[in-house]
Amino acid sequence: MTLIEQSATELLGLLKRREVSSRELTGAYLDQIDAHDQQIHAFLRTDRDRALQQADLIDRRRAQGESLGSLGGLPVAVKDVLCTRGAVTSCASKMLENYVPPYDATPIARLKEADAVILGKTNMDEFAMGGSCENSAFGPTRNPWDTERIPGGSSGGAAASLAASMTPLSIGTDTGGSIRQPASHCGVVGLKPTYGRVSRYGLIAFASSLDAVGPLARTAEDVALLLGVIAGHDARDSTSIVQPVGDYRAATRRPLEGLRLGVVSEHFGEGLDPEVAQTVRDAIDLFKDLGATVREIAMPHSQYAISAYYIIAPSEASSNLARYDGAHYGMRAPEAEWRDGGAEENPLVQMYRSTRAEGFGAEVKRRIMLGTYALSAGYYDAYYLKALKVRRLIAQDYHDAFEQVDLIVGPVTPSPAFKLGDKSEDPLSMYLVDLYTVGANLAGIPAISLPCGFSSDRLPIGIQLQGAALSEELLLQAAGAYQGQTTWHSQRPELA
Amino acid sequence: MSGTAYTTVIGLEVHVQLDTRSKLFCRCSSQFGAPPNTQTCPVCSGQPGALPVMNLRAYELAMRAAIGLNCEIPQFTKWDRKNYFYPDLPKGFQTSQFDLPMSQDGYLDISDPEGAFEERRIGIIRAHLEEDAGKSLHDEEAGKADSRIDLNRCGTPLLEIVSQPDMRSAAEARVYLTELKLLLTYLEVSDCNMQEGSLRVDANVNLHIDREEDLIATPIVEVKNMNSFRAVQRALEYEVERQYELWQQTGRKLGDVGVTKETRGWDDEAQLTRAQRGKEESSDYRYFPEPDLLPVTATGEMVQSVRAGLGELPAALRTRLAREYQLSPYDADVLVNQGRSLVDYFVAVADRCGDGKSASNWLQQDVLRHLKETGTTIEAFAVPGEQLADLISAVHSGALTTSRGREVLTHLISNGGTVAQAMQQLGIEEVDQSELEELCRELLIANPKIVADIQSGKTKAAGALVGQAKGKNPNVNPHDVQRICLKLAAEM
Amino acid sequence: MGLSREDVIKVAQLARLELSEAEIAALTSQLGDVLTYIEQLSKLDTEGVEPMAHAVEMVNVLAEDVIEESFDREQILSNAPSRDDTCYRVPPVLGE
Ligand SMILES: [Mg+2]
Ligand SMILES: [Zn+2]
Repeated sequence: MTLIEQSATELLGLLKRREVSSRELTGAYLDQIDAHDQQIHAFLRTDRDRALQQADLIDRRRAQGESLGSLGGLPVAVKDVLCTRGAVTSCASKMLENYVPPYDATPIARLKEADAVILGKTNMDEFAMGGSCENSAFGPTRNPWDTERIPGGSSGGAAASLAASMTPLSIGTDTGGSIRQPASHCGVVGLKPTYGRVSRYGLIAFASSLDAVGPLARTAEDVALLLGVIAGHDARDSTSIVQPVGDYRAATRRPLEGLRLGVVSEHFGEGLDPEVAQTVRDAIDLFKDLGATVREIAMPHSQYAISAYYIIAPSEASSNLARYDGAHYGMRAPEAEWRDGGAEENPLVQMYRSTRAEGFGAEVKRRIMLGTYALSAGYYDAYYLKALKVRRLIAQDYHDAFEQVDLIVGPVTPSPAFKLGDKSEDPLSMYLVDLYTVGANLAGIPAISLPCGFSSDRLPIGIQLQGAALSEELLLQAAGAYQGQTTWHSQRPELA
Repeated sequence: MSGTAYTTVIGLEVHVQLDTRSKLFCRCSSQFGAPPNTQTCPVCSGQPGALPVMNLRAYELAMRAAIGLNCEIPQFTKWDRKNYFYPDLPKGFQTSQFDLPMSQDGYLDISDPEGAFEERRIGIIRAHLEEDAGKSLHDEEAGKADSRIDLNRCGTPLLEIVSQPDMRSAAEARVYLTELKLLLTYLEVSDCNMQEGSLRVDANVNLHIDREEDLIATPIVEVKNMNSFRAVQRALEYEVERQYELWQQTGRKLGDVGVTKETRGWDDEAQLTRAQRGKEESSDYRYFPEPDLLPVTATGEMVQSVRAGLGELPAALRTRLAREYQLSPYDADVLVNQGRSLVDYFVAVADRCGDGKSASNWLQQDVLRHLKETGTTIEAFAVPGEQLADLISAVHSGALTTSRGREVLTHLISNGGTVAQAMQQLGIEEVDQSELEELCRELLIANPKIVADIQSGKTKAAGALVGQAKGKNPNVNPHDVQRICLKLAAEM
Repeated sequence: MGLSREDVIKVAQLARLELSEAEIAALTSQLGDVLTYIEQLSKLDTEGVEPMAHAVEMVNVLAEDVIEESFDREQILSNAPSRDDTCYRVPPVLGE
């Protein structure tokens, strides 16, 4: 195994024992990016000089015997949805192509405090809207296992960068499955924490009541390592959870005993690819071998999750994205288009309209339209309010389920990664892919996606575990135990 | 104006800036007057990713005001986003309250001390906490040059107070505003400075016209841009006339096809209202719960403790001053309307000199005039209450005449010190009784004609001696001179 | 329930989005499909169910009223598409 293919935990050991320097490690990943990212396009931006400078500084401090933060020189890739002070943060949108935030998002600040080296910003669906990474204004990311295929989204760059050994750790965000889906398609581990466990301060909002920042890595222990750094209360986020953070790394090494797993039969019904179904069932059997009991549980409202989600998320998005209007930051349409003329006599209004028409891509416009419609006079009760009530019913289903079982287990996506362009013309079919993942966001509970096998086309398949609020330790314990018995996560794609 | 009888119907929407140090959702200073865009941060400039955190003090002040307005405080309240595009609103929405405001169903009693209308109770529909927008600075040639945006004010906490349409005249509206401002300043929740924009008024007005059993309502007009209470009154008076004439001409009424609420701006120079270009579909604000802020619950104890800490409010204070200090309702009103500090000063003076009526007279006739002339406040007034009280006592005892008392007050204002010191420095001494008798005797001897007049019953004649006595000794008390002269003349 | 072309135009106006004819046509059909799917919600009886607006249902998160230093004006204005020394500049605001 080459240096860059090792797990973050292993690399951390090498760094601590000074068997490798942060500069060497950072350089090796940057070289890998240089060699392969033309093809994969996992990154929107890297800054070699800045990253190496940071690595040098950490190496120097280590040499001087200073005690370092818990990432002590490890490189981390960050999804381009988290604000980085003084460095472009674009959300993969033309609208923010040149936007330089004046502040660091709290998770970024915590990475810096932990002495991580920020490698660069990863590609994503524009404003995190999408499940394929095709909605980036700067071109799609390709799946390292098959470059004709999508890596999943919206944290497609985050997952692909791990699969392509371009980083040992990645930060993603998950509003309806955006960490778990790409993790599943790229054969890596992705954890969506409990809502509020990681601060959203500086996370460019898609749907505020659903958005979660979380770690992606190649092993459960690496995910635990990264979660431990970014999790914790933040007074700048009113929805941040006050409860103390657990010892996540220790949890991944704890033996599994008497785990009660729940299976939702609807999750194995129509629409699920048979290979995925079989692979997930095999994984569940392995959990049984590890001493778990499995029972069927009812989630009577899970069939309504997509509908509720595609009302709530676009509604919040329509409001969150109103600020991109060309007035205070970001793109403004060229003056000739609005100063005199246009459909509007009012140049200000025409400036708004032209700017938003040019700055946003098709999927973002679609969701803004859907959300604006759902909130508009006369439709609020039938759509938005109804969806909030259904959300309560779905959360209640989870609550009831976790009275009977510890974790719910099932597929992450209905099929392995599809081909680029396959669903672009049919938004509804694209939305339906989120069937198994949006529930956790609606209920605010944590969930993890683990590699559990491959399709006959040698495409990664993932399994999802969902737990009650703040059950991250249990999720990581189960994931660690599973990975102790399997090698799916250590397989790597051949890169051209 | 001839013709049909009608009733004027006015409701007011008042926004007051709450007196916090920092803004509602971030900790930037909310101080007025800083150079443009120097009091902003990622939160209040609406940068991508920034999140709001509610200011505790703003919430407490809002609750204080709401309880002072006799509102109910629901146990649960939440914030909502009001979505619209405007360049002084960088997030593209205003965080406000929609269906579950922090307070509702209150009232404010108003009365006219000059008796133009009966005491009235004006209903308060709701008072809610929301954020202010920034400021658009327009160039003179509106519509030509760019607007400039200053976000310093953006995110400042506002309390929006919506009245029932309970006011029946422009004068009532003005009294309501005056009383509201007084209450809010007593509560110390806002300085209510209209010039600095800490109090803003929008008025909704229309007419209910009585006609053959039928009640016809004219279209409701919202009047904006009024920057003084006087302007509010003028604008409403103008609007009432305009609406009546328009109705007579067109017959257009509320409920007719195509009739929507019109927004008009008051032009203070031209003294008229002008139609404002309506923001299209402005009514569709797409309110929904603010996902970035959590609801707030108010316990009964919390409400009780705020209520207990309100202090004495204007209405109760007027009654108490009138009762305890034997003031007329008019005098109590004048004092209370000057604010709590002046009332505190009055109480200190009245308690020490034991005469509320005199204390009130001195305050109204001398102190308030001085404050007005010099543009200062009672807090900055140089004469401590005890000195004014001693001055009043000296006038009572006869040691000072009223006019010499005024001289003493003027001296105290410029030089400080005590009344005794001021009298000494002004050369005012109490005239010895025998000395005074001697002086009177000399005057009588020098004026036999006056003595004769007095003896024949024309006691008024003694008045002529007062001026002469003062000429010889400025400290003499005119009453004493008169009394002694009458007595001595009778004995002569 | 579906969606008409006029609905799309009206919503685009609310959302300040200039749409081409092709976009209007595509959105009318695509959003129509999504809304038809979402129609399933109307089958569900939600009588008496409390709406759930937040994933974590906490209350009373308030901060002390203490001033922190504001950002440097340059930092805040540096991203403005149009500005002068002290202010953002935007096209004239009509209707004041
Ligand atoms: Mg308001
Ligand atoms: Zn601020």
